[in-house]
Amino acid sequence: MATVTYRQALRDTLRAEMLRDENVLLMGEEIGLFEGSYKITEGLLKEFGPRRVRDTPIAEEGFVGAAIGAAMLGLRPVVEIMTINFSLLALDQIVNHAAKIYGMFGGQASVPLVIRTPGGGGQQLGATHSQNVELFYAFIPGLKVVAPSTPAEASAMLKAAIRDDDPVLFLENLALYNTKGELPDAIDAVEPAEIGRAAVTRPGTDITIIGYSRMARVAAEVADTLAAEGISAEVVDLRSLRPLDRETIVASVRRTGCAVVAEDDWLTYGIGAEIAATVQEGAFDWLDAPVRRVAMAEVPLPYAKSLETAALPSAGSLLTAVRATLAATGRALEPAS
Amino acid sequence: MAETPTRSAARSAGEAAPARARRSRGPRTPRPGPGLPQPPDTAGAEAPDTAVPAAPDTAGTLVGFYRQMLLVRRFEERAARAYTEAKIGGYCHLNLGEEATVVGLMAALRPTDYLFTNYREHGYALAKGIGADRVMAELYGRSTGVSKGWGGSMHLFDAEARLLGGYGIVGGQVPLAAGAALAVSYKGGDDVVMCQMGDGTTAIGGFHEALNIAALWDLPAVFVVVNNGLGMGTAVERSAAEPELWKRGAAYRMASARVDGTDVVAVRDAARLAVERARSESRPYLLEAVSPRLKGHSVVDPARYRSKEEKDALKDADPVARTARRLADAGILSPEDRDRIDAEVTAEVEAAAAFADASPQPDVSTLFDYTYATPVAGEQRRLPADPVFRS
Ligand SMILES: Cc1ncc(C[n+]2csc(CCOP(=O)(O)OP(=O)(O)O)c2C)c(N)n1
Ligand SMILES: [Mg+2]
Repeated sequence: MATVTYRQALRDTLRAEMLRDENVLLMGEEIGLFEGSYKITEGLLKEFGPRRVRDTPIAEEGFVGAAIGAAMLGLRPVVEIMTINFSLLALDQIVNHAAKIYGMFGGQASVPLVIRTPGGGGQQLGATHSQNVELFYAFIPGLKVVAPSTPAEASAMLKAAIRDDDPVLFLENLALYNTKGELPDAIDAVEPAEIGRAAVTRPGTDITIIGYSRMARVAAEVADTLAAEGISAEVVDLRSLRPLDRETIVASVRRTGCAVVAEDDWLTYGIGAEIAATVQEGAFDWLDAPVRRVAMAEVPLPYAKSLETAALPSAGSLLTAVRATLAATGRALEPAS
Repeated sequence: MAETPTRSAARSAGEAAPARARRSRGPRTPRPGPGLPQPPDTAGAEAPDTAVPAAPDTAGTLVGFYRQMLLVRRFEERAARAYTEAKIGGYCHLNLGEEATVVGLMAALRPTDYLFTNYREHGYALAKGIGADRVMAELYGRSTGVSKGWGGSMHLFDAEARLLGGYGIVGGQVPLAAGAALAVSYKGGDDVVMCQMGDGTTAIGGFHEALNIAALWDLPAVFVVVNNGLGMGTAVERSAAEPELWKRGAAYRMASARVDGTDVVAVRDAARLAVERARSESRPYLLEAVSPRLKGHSVVDPARYRSKEEKDALKDADPVARTARRLADAGILSPEDRDRIDAEVTAEVEAAAAFADASPQPDVSTLFDYTYATPVAGEQRRLPADPVFRS
């Protein structure tokens, strides 16, 4: 095992998949000569050349659409969209074409496409550059949306996404790129993940905290803090937003009796709304308190640090919500021994 | 050629508008029409001859241009320093190398003309007449900034100066500018809307959609492509199948030209022609200003993708040094004058940084003040830790 960053895991996996399958090619803005805005594709142009590592003009709608067309003929394009905010320019191609072609033509052509793109706020990039709109894609039947939170998951899930015959939106996060984790020395030893499976990344008995991407890591951090106080929090990392693993979520809440959802997007109609509805339908009789959601304040995110910090969910706000939820259960908590 | 119903409808609606200040238009003539500039058909061609007779520039005007260019230069250098000191966050894109283009373009506008830009817009804000203090305060994210600290470096806005925004989504401003020009023309005004963008932006679908609409509807808009040779790290030749970007106007029968963006007077003249044509004839124009980007894409980009030769060549292209030399050669800028101007603009920029630093960050109680212009019932005014229902 080696300790690598999330960034390195992505890079090494892309490389391994390109070596494995000649039909895998990369497209995106600044991924070649510039080696990627966030350096995920470092060295790949040098190694594979411009036929397989394609710098595109600033034309999200055009190159995503072109990738969809290429996928229809059997290529496996992996497209990088610099941040998820810019995917909005390609929304039509993703929603009206990538997600529809298999069904609309009676299953005659599939679209084995991967769109890699980071979300995330907190870097003072302002309202248009700090959004978390993965919901737009998770809403669409025909698309798959995965959101790994560790280097190992990122590698396993990227492999699965590239080998999958359907369009997959692969959500990364700016705040995760430098985070570290274990990965087998030989990248070929990484087994492709099963898309659509959540994981209990930390077992616990008192409360379930459900998160994905960056917030799954924040949830783990909060669970550590709570453990020091003798509170046992279980963390469910969704890992996949569509398909959604409702069984794992519900089974956890049936064990703990209460839940808080941690999400980086907005609350109203957000990912957490779907999770809370799922818990209500599947674990109503087990619930000791209402399900709470911790999400971004519902504003176009301001640039000023004071306002940005107040608007974004954090370990602190998650901790507050967890404590309030535990209090609402009316359970007498045993003091830490 | 037969006119489409849409176009005749738009045209007659325009002619029927009351108190229309513009000359009414005759039948459309193929571009370029008589009296219009002949766009050069080779790359790097000179600026078009100005058809607008202009009085020769006085020494005062020329030195004034130099002063504004130097203000932009010193402002950007100060901003870069503040960024490395973490006074400025997010992304910070500078106009270093584009000073002649910035100042020349703004000199062609009347104060009431409107301006849309991309996120590389500090210089435009200054040259449009906004105080350096309020621009710097915005970069610092302070409530005294032009956008009250909500926008930051990429999103400067000032209604009074008619700067209708810097925009961070590449190409976002182009259709907006066409729409603003529609509003001006619809109301019968004679202001012009200028829309600045980068070379890389001409690959975006919205650019083409907006230019087509502006040409079809005869909108008083001047689209300016600042060709600094690069979109982030991608050279124009690697992102544009037709790298002579001004030629894209032909696809919309839009008058267009290319000008040397390091020559402030040439830029001003070319822009004046475009602006006055938009004003008097209500016809859009596409102007390309070729102007180097002296540093990285943003403050944090070391621009390793550029060769040493390329970086060396940039020094000769520096428009500020070039203008100083020209004015000195013409005997209207002595070394003492130059030093005095430098000291003055440097002091102005330092004062702006001090003002910004002393200004407060917006108060958290204002977080929900600008989500909607009209109060909404049931608006979610909750912070992340707050429950949906309090009770
Ligand atoms: C729709 C969209 N795609 C990608 C980006 C990321 N991006 C920011 S600036 C830029 C390059 C733009 O180049 P150009 O238009 O030449 O303007 P310049 O920066 O040279 O002024 C890119 C790709 C973005 N902001 N918006
Ligand atoms: Mg450029």
